[in-house]
Amino acid sequence: MLITRKVEFSASHMCRSPHLSEEENRKLFGLAANQHGHNYVVEVSLKGEPDPVTGMVLDLKELKEILNRQVVAPYDHRFLNYEVPPFDRVIPTAENIARDIWQRLEPDLCNQKSRLYSIRVYETADLYVDYFGEEPCSA
Amino acid sequence: MFRVTRRYEFPASHRLHAAQLSEEENQRLYGKCNNPYGHGHNYVVEVVVRGPLDEATGRAVDPQRLDDLVAREVLAPFGHRNLNEDVNFASVVPTSENLAAEICHRLNRNWSEVFPGTWPKLEKIRIAETPRNIFEIRADEIK
Repeated sequence: MLITRKVEFSASHMCRSPHLSEEENRKLFGLAANQHGHNYVVEVSLKGEPDPVTGMVLDLKELKEILNRQVVAPYDHRFLNYEVPPFDRVIPTAENIARDIWQRLEPDLCNQKSRLYSIRVYETADLYVDYFGEEPCSA
Repeated sequence: MFRVTRRYEFPASHRLHAAQLSEEENQRLYGKCNNPYGHGHNYVVEVVVRGPLDEATGRAVDPQRLDDLVAREVLAPFGHRNLNEDVNFASVVPTSENLAAEICHRLNRNWSEVFPGTWPKLEKIRIAETPRNIFEIRADEIK
């Protein structure tokens, strides 16, 4: 069974690589190379079986606290490139944000009863990314 | 591995009417959707793409290239059009099932020209005719 908790934060970012020239960054990222911001929406899904006594896979209150501590507190109302490592050296695309959130949450969310299944990051309502961890690439 | 979903909208009109059926059968089968002058929807198309991260760009798919492909192959031919007049629906009823298959086919056919490498791959498309009627087709279902 999958359970999902949704959380939101607002942050600014710019998509540009320090290894590329200004012109190359503009060509690759367009307007996204400018500092701008989003209301990010994150959906965290866990896979597990309901506990026979509590009837819950994981207490969503507990999940909410973990998400507030590991995601909202460091990300909300920040300029990701300047204030939130690893985005001082990793481009804060929706893909990299999803992977960073996975890495922040995994230690707290992998136990015998449930484990992290996916991170969905909505950069806008029209663009979102799902990340499933480092499973081997398959066709 | 990442799955990137991009959402697009286009308005179009259609009329559901199967040439092989009688007027009466069409009316019974399609009801209001068979009204002779057609009707329209704000179609919402989600294009779902799968691939590993390109560490240099931090992305699994270049959204601009995807947008250009979808603009050319979907939004331009179908947006603000009457689907029944499209050549692909000359002999096929423009239901959202058939529209989903046609959109998936168009993206699949042009995919390697826009994304020449192994990745990213087109995984599926999902089309919402209204917020309550949703159709989904995987790229590997297209012959």
